[in-house]
Amino acid sequence: MLSRTADNLYWLARYVERAEYLARILEATQRLTSMPLAYVGETNEWESALSTAGCSNAFFAAHEEANEATVTDFLAFSTSNPSSIRNCFEVARSNARAVRTALTMEMWDAINTTWLELKRFGNRPSSREELARFLTWVQECSLRFDGSAYRTMLRSDAYWFSRIGVYTERADNTARILDVKYHLLLPADEHVGGPLDYYQWSGILRSVSALTAYHWVYRESLKPWLIADLLILNDQMPRSLSSCYENLVQNLDRIAGVYGRQGPAQRQARSVRTRLQNSKMDEIFQSGLHEFITSFITDNNKLGSAITQQYLA
Amino acid sequence: MGLAFDEMKGTDGVVRAPYSELAGWLGDVKPDVLDYRRREAELLFRRIGITFAVYGEADSTERLIPFDVIPRILGAKEWDLLRRGLEQRVRAINEYLRDVYGRREVLRAGIVPDDLVFQNPVFRPEMNGQKVPHNIYVHIAGIDIVRVDPETFYVLEDNARTPSGVSYMLENREIMMRLFPELFARHRVAPVENYPDELLATLKSVAPDSASGDPTVVLLTPGVYNSAYYEHSFLADKLGVELVEGRDLFVKSGFVYMRTTQGPKRVDVIYRRVDDDFLDPLSFRADSALGVAGLMSAYQAGNVTLANAVGTGIADDKAIYSYMPDIVKFYLGEEPILKNVPTWRCREPDHLTYVLEHLEELVVKEVHGSGGYGMLIGPAADKAQVASFRSKLKLNPKGFIAQPTLALSTCPTCVDAGIAPRHVDLRPFVLTGRDKIRIVPGGLTRVALKAGSLVVNSSQGGGTKDTWVLDR
Repeated sequence: MLSRTADNLYWLARYVERAEYLARILEATQRLTSMPLAYVGETNEWESALSTAGCSNAFFAAHEEANEATVTDFLAFSTSNPSSIRNCFEVARSNARAVRTALTMEMWDAINTTWLELKRFGNRPSSREELARFLTWVQECSLRFDGSAYRTMLRSDAYWFSRIGVYTERADNTARILDVKYHLLLPADEHVGGPLDYYQWSGILRSVSALTAYHWVYRESLKPWLIADLLILNDQMPRSLSSCYENLVQNLDRIAGVYGRQGPAQRQARSVRTRLQNSKMDEIFQSGLHEFITSFITDNNKLGSAITQQYLA
Repeated sequence: MGLAFDEMKGTDGVVRAPYSELAGWLGDVKPDVLDYRRREAELLFRRIGITFAVYGEADSTERLIPFDVIPRILGAKEWDLLRRGLEQRVRAINEYLRDVYGRREVLRAGIVPDDLVFQNPVFRPEMNGQKVPHNIYVHIAGIDIVRVDPETFYVLEDNARTPSGVSYMLENREIMMRLFPELFARHRVAPVENYPDELLATLKSVAPDSASGDPTVVLLTPGVYNSAYYEHSFLADKLGVELVEGRDLFVKSGFVYMRTTQGPKRVDVIYRRVDDDFLDPLSFRADSALGVAGLMSAYQAGNVTLANAVGTGIADDKAIYSYMPDIVKFYLGEEPILKNVPTWRCREPDHLTYVLEHLEELVVKEVHGSGGYGMLIGPAADKAQVASFRSKLKLNPKGFIAQPTLALSTCPTCVDAGIAPRHVDLRPFVLTGRDKIRIVPGGLTRVALKAGSLVVNSSQGGGTKDTWVLDR
């Protein structure tokens, strides 16, 4: 297929995935800040939402204060933030339009309908209820697009490239959440298990839709190292780094199989997967969770560049 | 302008044979049913994203072309006449192009004046003496046809460069079949959905001899900002070929390749929807970012087929148009089956005098204009418009032709006030391959939605209809 088509499919999938992730962050943050002040203290969860989304610098270049109104606007609706939900859908739709021939009718319909409805949402919601509806809608759109792709695409390179986009983005998103919250996950000497911790930890899990999964897997109260284990090493958890790399290796191998050629992208994905497979949670904590995650984010970016050079350029 | 011929009711109000079923159905159907289907159709078009871009309209960069749910119907005999006429016309156009870029007998015989060719900005000297694969220049032609009475069809315009609209022909049918299955059950409508197959067969048939057994065909688009982008992607999809932009292609050692995820792949046939000017920055406009550097050299080396060929604009120019009946006779030795609209060439002094004296009755068109822009419709124009055209004509008579205001046929159409007659034209698509000429029965019917208006162009508020050719 055309390199440009593969590139568009890859980024289309990434942007739709990112929009959902942003909606989840906003939802989790809102929930956290609606706790009584006595529980939450003076932390600024809105600033933390910005760092999780990876756009603190851009935000503070334009705004003085990170509060509910400014951050929600910036992450969800701003036209000047290239990674706002609105822009994610906008770019996704224009990518989709550029490669309509590579999409199934259902995928096009999903993304085009999203785009049309987005215009009807207007600039920003007038109430929290409306915002909540918006955030739910964003997740549904992403779900619908992803589901359409899963159900209707031929299992050929077009599909695999779009899957690779999903998992590269998802891995990055999960890693970012962990990176911003890593201090919460450190075995602390005080307050462990207090209500604040509990709500913050459950916030992390909610933002990756893993609260129920946690209980199912560990059958324990929330423990930071188990949360880290779930999101980093647990293969059963679809958003875990390990699971994302399982899928990346598989999909890259399928492409290599059909094209009859392995390359740097396959090697990079395999090496990251091997590293995850050989890791143990206590070792990660000993050598530094933060260091582990930042090096993962770097490796994940490297995979992105390798894919681009090998197939998309 | 006399009373227009109505395709359904003729001039005497008696329903014509091809319309008998439809007229009965229209008589029975409740207005709200039609209205409901109309809205459903619009929703379908919007959801599928069948839109076109209008230049210079900041807000509505993607618009729907209004779709009318009442089909336009042609009987088998009417279509047969049109089909034969279209084939003849397109054969002559191809002969003409081969001759003009070759031996130039038509010029030596004085059939067409030299300056109309050589001073024409769309004449491509690069094509002189250049052999194109299998001697076919216009692989895809869109011939605009109007009708004035039961027997008379006129060719209004030949489109020999990159004619568009075929996606509407196909989508209109698709949507009609979804919305009105009962109507299709009561008629026998010739299918058009094999058009993409026919187009692909045509394109493959004209691959260069050096191409492999199964030639690689691509569709070259200027990109998503082009007004016809929807059509480009639609067609590429139906053809099952890659939709490429200039940046996806490159030329190496005289061959054209596309960049794929598996490395470079040779391209044999390019159905290009990019104008000559933008095809190759090395040969034509250097500022073009839409083209492919070196494409012309690969073309001239005979290693790639461009459809349509470069330089076909000299055949669809409005000035050449008036010579087309002579061109048909000259090359084929046959009487033209399809007539031309009587045309005054303002370049000829006695014609100019007549035109200036009768401006209020005539339609005056720019020789190089298109899309319904830059024309004067005498009977509908005010004094200031007529005066301004008078001075334009005197200043540059060569730039204009004039035609009588035709009483274009009308067809029943859904408008806000109910069902009313509206003027229509027809653009059938003629495919010329190495083996044969292919025409799917039908075409794109465009309809002027404003009462009395003769302008059917989509850029000026015209709509479209499904076109049915019956088997009887």
